[in-house]
Amino acid sequence: MSSDGVRLTIEGMEVNSASGTLLVDAAKRMGIDIPVFCYHPKLKPVGMCRMCLVEIGRPARDRATGQPVLTEQGAPVIQFGANLETACTTQVGEGWQVRVFSGKAIEGRKAIVEYLLTSHPLDCPICDKGGECPLQNLTMGHGPGLSRFLFDEKQHLAKHLPLGELIYLDRERCIQCARCTRFQDEVADDPVIGLSQRGRRLEIVTYSEPGFDSYFSGNSTDICPVGALTTADFRFGARPWELNAAASICPHCPVGCNLTLNTRRAAGKDGRETVKRVMPRQNEQVNEIWICDKGRFAHHYAHSADRLSTPLVRENGTLVEASWEAALDRAADRLGAPGAGLLGVAGGRLSNEDLFNFRGLIEGLGGTPVLDDWMAGGDLVRQFGVSRGTNLGTLGEGEVVLVIASDLHEEAPIWWLRIKQAAERGAELIVANARPTRLDSYSAHRLRYPPGEAVRATLSLLGALTGDPGLRSYSPDPQTVAAATALRGAKNLIVFYGNEGLDYPGSEALARASARLLSSHNHQGRPNNGLIAVWPRANTQGAWDMGLRPSPMGLVGRLEQRPSVYIVAADPVGDDPAVGQLLKDQRGLVVQDLFLTPTAQLAEVVLPAQSFVEREGTFTSGERRVQRLYPAVPGPAGTLPDWRIVSELGRRLGLELEGGSAGQVFARIAAQVPDYAGLTYTELAASSRQWPEVGGPDLYYGGTAYDNRQGLGVQLAPRPSGEPPEWVAAASRRPGGDLLLVPISRLYDRGVTVLASKLLSLRLAELKLAIHPEDAARLGLLGASRAELSWDGRSSTLEFSIEDSVPRGAGLVPRSTGLPLNRPTEVRVRPASS
Amino acid sequence: MAEPIVLRHRALPELDRLDVYRQNGGFRAFEKAVRSQSPAEVIQIVKDSGLRGRGGAGFPTGVKWSFLTPGVFPRYVVANADESEPGTFKDREIMERNPFQFLEGIAICAYAAQANVAYIYCRGEFWDLTGELDRKIAELERAGLLGDRLFGTNYSLRIHTHLGAGAYICGEETALLESMEGKLGQPRLRPPFPAAEGLYGKPTVVNNVETLTNLPPILERGAQWYRSMGTKQSPGTKVFSLSGHVERPGNFELPLGATFRELIFEHGGGIPGGKAIKAILPAGASAPILPAADDVLNSGMDYESLAALGSALGSASIIVLDETVNIAWAEAKITDFFEHESCGKCTPCREGTYWMKHILGRLIGGEARSADIELLRSVGSGIRGKCLCALGDFAALAVTSGIERFGTDFEIYAVNGR
Repeated sequence: MSSDGVRLTIEGMEVNSASGTLLVDAAKRMGIDIPVFCYHPKLKPVGMCRMCLVEIGRPARDRATGQPVLTEQGAPVIQFGANLETACTTQVGEGWQVRVFSGKAIEGRKAIVEYLLTSHPLDCPICDKGGECPLQNLTMGHGPGLSRFLFDEKQHLAKHLPLGELIYLDRERCIQCARCTRFQDEVADDPVIGLSQRGRRLEIVTYSEPGFDSYFSGNSTDICPVGALTTADFRFGARPWELNAAASICPHCPVGCNLTLNTRRAAGKDGRETVKRVMPRQNEQVNEIWICDKGRFAHHYAHSADRLSTPLVRENGTLVEASWEAALDRAADRLGAPGAGLLGVAGGRLSNEDLFNFRGLIEGLGGTPVLDDWMAGGDLVRQFGVSRGTNLGTLGEGEVVLVIASDLHEEAPIWWLRIKQAAERGAELIVANARPTRLDSYSAHRLRYPPGEAVRATLSLLGALTGDPGLRSYSPDPQTVAAATALRGAKNLIVFYGNEGLDYPGSEALARASARLLSSHNHQGRPNNGLIAVWPRANTQGAWDMGLRPSPMGLVGRLEQRPSVYIVAADPVGDDPAVGQLLKDQRGLVVQDLFLTPTAQLAEVVLPAQSFVEREGTFTSGERRVQRLYPAVPGPAGTLPDWRIVSELGRRLGLELEGGSAGQVFARIAAQVPDYAGLTYTELAASSRQWPEVGGPDLYYGGTAYDNRQGLGVQLAPRPSGEPPEWVAAASRRPGGDLLLVPISRLYDRGVTVLASKLLSLRLAELKLAIHPEDAARLGLLGASRAELSWDGRSSTLEFSIEDSVPRGAGLVPRSTGLPLNRPTEVRVRPASS
Repeated sequence: MAEPIVLRHRALPELDRLDVYRQNGGFRAFEKAVRSQSPAEVIQIVKDSGLRGRGGAGFPTGVKWSFLTPGVFPRYVVANADESEPGTFKDREIMERNPFQFLEGIAICAYAAQANVAYIYCRGEFWDLTGELDRKIAELERAGLLGDRLFGTNYSLRIHTHLGAGAYICGEETALLESMEGKLGQPRLRPPFPAAEGLYGKPTVVNNVETLTNLPPILERGAQWYRSMGTKQSPGTKVFSLSGHVERPGNFELPLGATFRELIFEHGGGIPGGKAIKAILPAGASAPILPAADDVLNSGMDYESLAALGSALGSASIIVLDETVNIAWAEAKITDFFEHESCGKCTPCREGTYWMKHILGRLIGGEARSADIELLRSVGSGIRGKCLCALGDFAALAVTSGIERFGTDFEIYAVNGR
């Protein structure tokens, strides 16, 4: 035991706790459970529920001298206070004796449970929380066996009160612990729910429109210690003890939140095993115990009726159902045909195993594998990414986080949450963007640049930091100089870069400049230092690691050479009509996907794949943590995992690709991809004890987030091959447009992996142009109802909104909402009538 | 009656006019303090006077001020004018009739605390009075007694009023601060105390209206003069709000330590209709009820004597109950009040007051058995010592002291019923 801690005894056991530790936590770490309702280890203590009452004895001191009073034997005299005290608000004290299980303490807590139950409906048999309910468990453990409260005096309140369409409140069950409102206030900084009224009339209300408007709302149901808050898609859907659990990784963004998928057979004869809910799985280094609402609610696409469940082949111009044998034979025939070469296009939502096999197939046939993406820098992240042991949850004083050209709240909410908390702990945050974002208010430095000029802004920061004479033309403004001073003093530095307002070469230039920022002051090779790309897909980094990268000339350039084409988990036609024009006449197009996308509709062969809930594999997060996902439900009959389909095609084309199991594919990755050398599925599945304890017997304490026994994953070490490449000059905007039309990310877009979840339909981003008032006036849009945009021979007429926050000269349009546009584009604008 | 200190308007007509107040020495103490005394000297005088908080807790005022975290600014002073205790109506009279002495008291306190902004938190029902205070504050600013660079020094002071929304709990100083910050009126966890982290997280003094109104005379006439009144440990005078079954209810300013008998029978004119006095609520709803036996009637009304009787002086709102009153009925009324005013933040108060109200309702309705009295006592004592603030304890003590001291009144309902 170290001598600088605070020594005390709890239930007669000696403990040495760090100064400032709360009694409740000190006891928990010793394995002594002091029951709590309002206290949560991730929230500030409030001492409201009074459940954690204990007896505290303190060493007596002589009033006159201030000296400890000793017995004749020289032992300190311990004085116990007249009243019980709350262990959740009291910090440990030297020499204390704490009684948790004395008669007085037990009686005190029994009284609290009895009081709580006087206003509780005890409707456990129909309550979703029943079976995983802290109130239920603590009542059994600490409450009186019998109620003295007359049942006919029970109060009756609203039981199905939607706080929004995602979260329902049962007012009878609420015990007013305020965990939900405090989470929204302290952690999520979306104080859109609060307590109203007083006494027993206290109730949770929402202040926002739409109700409970927060990307983190679902977490409130995990930490609710009763069945007061439930999610719209799980309530009355299953009993917790009927659920099976499978570990998974969220497929929506590069954070890589650990999930537990709870499944159960659907009601009725021959009911299929179905995902009933998505829960956070604790990984303190990734998502702690939180997930965003997209991760929680957008999974319904996996069970969509529109899923492909049988292979299709084109006969006489029409896609018709076919056997796997016939479809694979036809596909192999087309891909193996001699001709103008082979182009393979894959999306970043595939697993490493899929992508490894995919690359093996395409390169084995002499073709070119291409990642369907518009953002560069994955090779730089491989070299200068964050080191092993990086944990955003530990960042604080003296450490700096720089976020460039990304809106993390929309693109990667859990990163946003953890960076915000790092800033609150004292980390210095620099946010560089052309427009205000939700991270600005926590930042020490805000660097604003004209739309599309992220590279220029970063180079001027690099110039201010390094004094590189070559960067003199990028003269820094005072804010940039101040930010550079912060960078210079940084103990550790993490740079997040996105691609907002940038085309592919622009994002390559930004990644290089960012890598230079890090390497110039040796922020590499140490934990909490390095480069993180805010990728648009969950496994984009894995795709780069597996050797895929986007085509710098774009798909259109490639397709003009008329190769054979195999497209997996990507919809380039939906993203760019010009691709559709080229693929329209493509013979022998093979498409593999979950849905009959616009791209698949042009195919000669369509191969139905499995979604993340149905198959095994690994994703590599933006922080380069390799994590396993496990099958939770069987795939629809007639579907196969992507890696397997690819290996079957390989077999037909004389290529020996691993097709036995995902684990066997991974073994090959470990053997052939140096960064992954030696990794095994077993190692990825290793876990260790985490703090705070959650789930299972500890759900009263940390909530119903699952504890992690299926693997914390392994963070890869960066492998630099020398200095980062030289920075490249920022490209200038091309003249000839009225506005730079910039696609921006919104969490709830209208992509196929969101749209199928009807629950989110009211919150989906609208296709709408946002412009600055001055631009609206300049372009004659005042008074017009819509704006006609034209570029590259295309045009589109959109509704628009006029917003002060939009940078002058830019027009913002949410991605994946209907306008096929994936890079900033100069457009002509004129008013249009509706 | 002795010379009034706080209710000086009773001796001096039209004291609510600034010219009259100034002709009678008004604002001399404040001006002297700002011109020639250090904040520490002012605090020492108040400490020496032995003045104790008149809002109910009786904490020594100068000591409270000296807890302000050194070196942290800005600081705030808040006058607690949320006068809500049943039977308490002294602050209203002070603010209506002797407003300038109250405002000067705030100014002295603010100077001692080195605060440049002070607030008056008035209960919502005082909206008319608050408007009047606003006019008085404006008058003081015009007269150069409030504002920037007062009396040619560097000291500046502004006073603002703030209306509550009608919650008893907002008289609790941390709930008051929450309310002032625009939040739900619920008490804060303590520590930190307001002197360390009060309004907007800054060091803050919260003092009752009557406490503040004592300050100008104390500074003017000195600590020893103040100590010449009252008892050794409870010096000075106190405004007793007398109500209930007495001939002449009203506010009476007497030295601390004056007896109940003197207040009720001499100043209050005794019990109407020749009835016998039965019980006394010495601090409105917030202290255990006392049987009006001789030892009680002859007891001095000061902090120590009331504690010795197993009750408390509180804000000294003396409610007299005659022999016609059934104490169980009275406690049912009091419990209704506490249940209505419980903020709901902590479990035992929120649920316990509700449960007690129901049992008492059954009892008064003639639907309770004797065993319910024991249940009531058990529910009440289960609340005690477990709550976040004092309200829960007050509610529990009302019931448990009633059963303990007037048990037969409860038994009558249970046994006889309706």
